[in-house]
Amino acid sequence: MYPSPFAYHAPVTMGETLALLARLPEAKILAGGQSLLPLMNLGLAQPGALVDVNGLPGLETVTEDGGGLRLGALVRHRTLETSPLIRRRCPALAEAASLIGNIRVRHRGTLGGSLAHADPAAELPLVAVALGATLEISRLAGAREVSAAEFFRGYLLTDLAPGELVTGVRIPAIAPGTGYGLAELVRRAGDFAIVAACAVITTDGAGVCRQASLAIGGVGPHPLVMRRAEGLLTGGPLTDRRLAEAADAVPGEVAPESDVHATAAYRRAMARVMAYRALAQARARAASGPGRPA
Amino acid sequence: METAAAEGAARAGVRFVLNGSPVDVWAAPHETLLAVLRDTLGATEVKYGCGEGVCGTCTVLLDGAPINACLLLAVQAAGRAVTTVKGLGAEGHLHPLQRAFVAHEAAQCGFCTPGMLLVAHAFLADHPRPTRDEIRSAIAGNLCRCTGYTRIVDAIEACAGTGKAARVEPR
Repeated sequence: MYPSPFAYHAPVTMGETLALLARLPEAKILAGGQSLLPLMNLGLAQPGALVDVNGLPGLETVTEDGGGLRLGALVRHRTLETSPLIRRRCPALAEAASLIGNIRVRHRGTLGGSLAHADPAAELPLVAVALGATLEISRLAGAREVSAAEFFRGYLLTDLAPGELVTGVRIPAIAPGTGYGLAELVRRAGDFAIVAACAVITTDGAGVCRQASLAIGGVGPHPLVMRRAEGLLTGGPLTDRRLAEAADAVPGEVAPESDVHATAAYRRAMARVMAYRALAQARARAASGPGRPA
Repeated sequence: METAAAEGAARAGVRFVLNGSPVDVWAAPHETLLAVLRDTLGATEVKYGCGEGVCGTCTVLLDGAPINACLLLAVQAAGRAVTTVKGLGAEGHLHPLQRAFVAHEAAQCGFCTPGMLLVAHAFLADHPRPTRDEIRSAIAGNLCRCTGYTRIVDAIEACAGTGKAARVEPR
């Protein structure tokens, strides 16, 4: 099947775009189209109007931002995967992008689009939450920022109001002694994860955990932050036992549902396993050299 | 949204380069590149498999990069270069990769073959000396329902490292 007819708008300035979105609150925004077009081809979405933002200038740039990164909303997954700057400054983002779909999807799909689509098992929302990313959002009346942790509200549901557009993402500077881990359970390469975990751990020189961030995807309506596990790790030595205790706290903090891919009980059990693997990876990377970015 | 839909159905002229030659087509905004290639331009070497970007049979190169033709609006191809498998080579002057597919009997029903060839071509251009596992990963997003993967990997492997695949530009 092919998409149903719609009114197509391809603005070339931000002002024009925001005015269109304000005038057409029901319009869907077309970025990479790798989630929207499948829904339209299948007839599951039949928007009356599309606002194609691919012609907007400046939204595909990646720049250093203090010690962190600022990424335009139209940065493609393939750029996240291959950019030397991103691989150096934020390898977690590069690795997460490399796990998305297939090469064709990664050439078109965008960072802003993936976050705005908010699939509960998608890699980029998960990593954005674990890294403490901030989303930049514009509307005709002005701009605002929201943390990734507050941006995701429910299944395919975000903090975005009609008329708003994600324009960029900021990743904070990563402290010396920080490592990340990314573990996901997939049946085939490129599938959406059944369960995915992303951990970011910062250690002091003596192997004590100064800060821990752990997010899990696929076990709730959006990526969930594992506050109890983080609390169990922070301030203590990163022994196997402490990692296991933190992972053991995960099943009590997730809210999976059963679907055709896995039962709720299986997802819950695998959430603990993926959490442990991500934490162990993060610990190893954090220890592999002080000053080495995640 | 009746007005909008009617407005949306209006066709616009779209010019792009197909396998090295400029083409001008009339396309409605909701027509995908795949629809225009197959139904307007008769480029039936590009297959409609899933419509979801999963199967890889509609793969084309957009300015050299593999994409899903089913997930790109035709109007978005304006000003770009689109390469189908016929742009790699055709009967009488096959691309080395196509010759390797023939030599290794890497096609059964042939439905996945155009997509496999284009993805493999783009992959070898970036990775001239891949391992077998890297080749398998590279085509993970292209489904062969005959499950003839072994011979497909053999054929790609035969071209790898020769530099031939990377040296021959799509026409």
